[in-house]
Amino acid sequence: MWIIRNLRWHPSGRPRTLGRMTQYEGITRRGLLGLVGTTAAAAAVPLSGGSAAAQAASGDVTVRMTVNGADTSLTEDPRVTLLDALRDRLDLTGTKKGCDRGQCGACTVHVDGRRVVSCLTLLATLDGATVRTIEGMADGDRPHPLQRAFVEHDGLQCGFCTSGQIMSAAAVIQEGGADTDAEIRERMSGNICRCSAYPGILAAIRQARAEIR
Amino acid sequence: MREYTFERPRSVDEAVRRSGSGTAFLAGGTTLVDLMKLEVMTPGRVLDINRLPLRGVDTTGGVLRIGALERMSDVAADPRVRHGHPLLSRALELSASGQLRNMASIGGNLLQRTRCGYFRDVTTPCNKRQPGSGCPAVEGENRMHAVLGTSDSCVATHPSDLAVALVALDAKVRLTGADGVRTVDLADFYLLPGGTPHLEHDLRPGELVTDVLVPRLDRASRSTYLKVRDRQSFEFALASAAVVVRRDGDVIREARVAVGGMGTRPWRLPAVEKALAGQRATEATYTAAAAKAVDGARPLRHNAFKPELMKRTLIRALLELEQTR
Repeated sequence: MWIIRNLRWHPSGRPRTLGRMTQYEGITRRGLLGLVGTTAAAAAVPLSGGSAAAQAASGDVTVRMTVNGADTSLTEDPRVTLLDALRDRLDLTGTKKGCDRGQCGACTVHVDGRRVVSCLTLLATLDGATVRTIEGMADGDRPHPLQRAFVEHDGLQCGFCTSGQIMSAAAVIQEGGADTDAEIRERMSGNICRCSAYPGILAAIRQARAEIR
Repeated sequence: MREYTFERPRSVDEAVRRSGSGTAFLAGGTTLVDLMKLEVMTPGRVLDINRLPLRGVDTTGGVLRIGALERMSDVAADPRVRHGHPLLSRALELSASGQLRNMASIGGNLLQRTRCGYFRDVTTPCNKRQPGSGCPAVEGENRMHAVLGTSDSCVATHPSDLAVALVALDAKVRLTGADGVRTVDLADFYLLPGGTPHLEHDLRPGELVTDVLVPRLDRASRSTYLKVRDRQSFEFALASAAVVVRRDGDVIREARVAVGGMGTRPWRLPAVEKALAGQRATEATYTAAAAKAVDGARPLRHNAFKPELMKRTLIRALLELEQTR
């Protein structure tokens, strides 16, 4: 199924390596779910020769960018957001779709070193950009200090907002704007946690800040 | 999202030439992409202007010039802005979230659309979105709506904090269009809704905001931007005040005051400025002047609290000037 999904985006058929994450790792739960979805979609809309596909293809935009250190090229409808490209085209599903309107921060990633919401970022604008997602944070088997701190301080309950929280927090520490608790809270206000794990998130950022700086 | 063609003009001239009806300029995308998803905006062509040379902050000749494509976070942090016009930094930092400030451009901030829930919901009428269809906000959910400058056609609030601060500073916007370059006072750039709320600014078809120009702020003056809202961060203003006061000892020589969260456009208050000028800087003076802030206000069913909130916000902002310089 991995091949089915990716042939569409990688006509060369070459396997891709995204940073340190290789996509050949056996069948996963998500892979199985994806297989079901792909089959259903393929049955409904033929991938080639369909009028919808042909029409969309005429205005497609090709974007070359670096994602977690790997050169990546995508040719997509100009309506595709970075968020959908990451999740549905590149299988980088660590980045979450919460509100899809820029209001919750679950989809936060770094573009050219700056934190942005990927749901309001059009892929077509990113030719030449460098993108970093939660999958690019760990150093091999060693989690990023923020990842470890979130676990140690219970910075999550359901975990849906966590990758966005961590990407945002990494940028806040980088920006130098995490000196006081009040400052951390203010700068992290673009990341909503519906489980309200804020005290744990704050403690985790405090700990990681000390490690990173 | 409706289909559109995506183009990347290589110069301002080319952008202007390719623009026109059914075309949208894309900068940070924080308004446009959001509203395209909601199908409130349905351009057939999107022009990505992000690579145009509309960047930079400089202070040549004493005027602060901000390129329209500069991002909110960069402008807020720029030392020339922070020291020369601290209330601009403050207004920017109190806007949106860290992520959105990294994305949103200055030009886009000034052109952002109202947050009125009816405007954003294509299943309801809205005179701004669909001229002549009606305004459910007049009788409907209108807690966040305007009390100044409203009409029977529209009561939507202008959402920008930056615009309020810029109006208090007598800023101008520079525009480039098919007929060349022109400069407009920002206060006049925004139009009152009247019977045509779909016309929001004095921007001719195809015209592009290229720069914002802010006159030098007298070093001796004190200024601040105060924002009051439902939560402490990442929220639009219920009431906000941008105040600039120049004093001579205890006496106010000149005051410039604009408010947000109240009007259908950023709202300058000449009556308040007049009531402050020449008076001693005391709470009694501020209270008397603030009373004039809401002359002519037309509260709606859910926002009758706004005139009083505006007065108190203004008094607090003026009192806080004691702590600034």
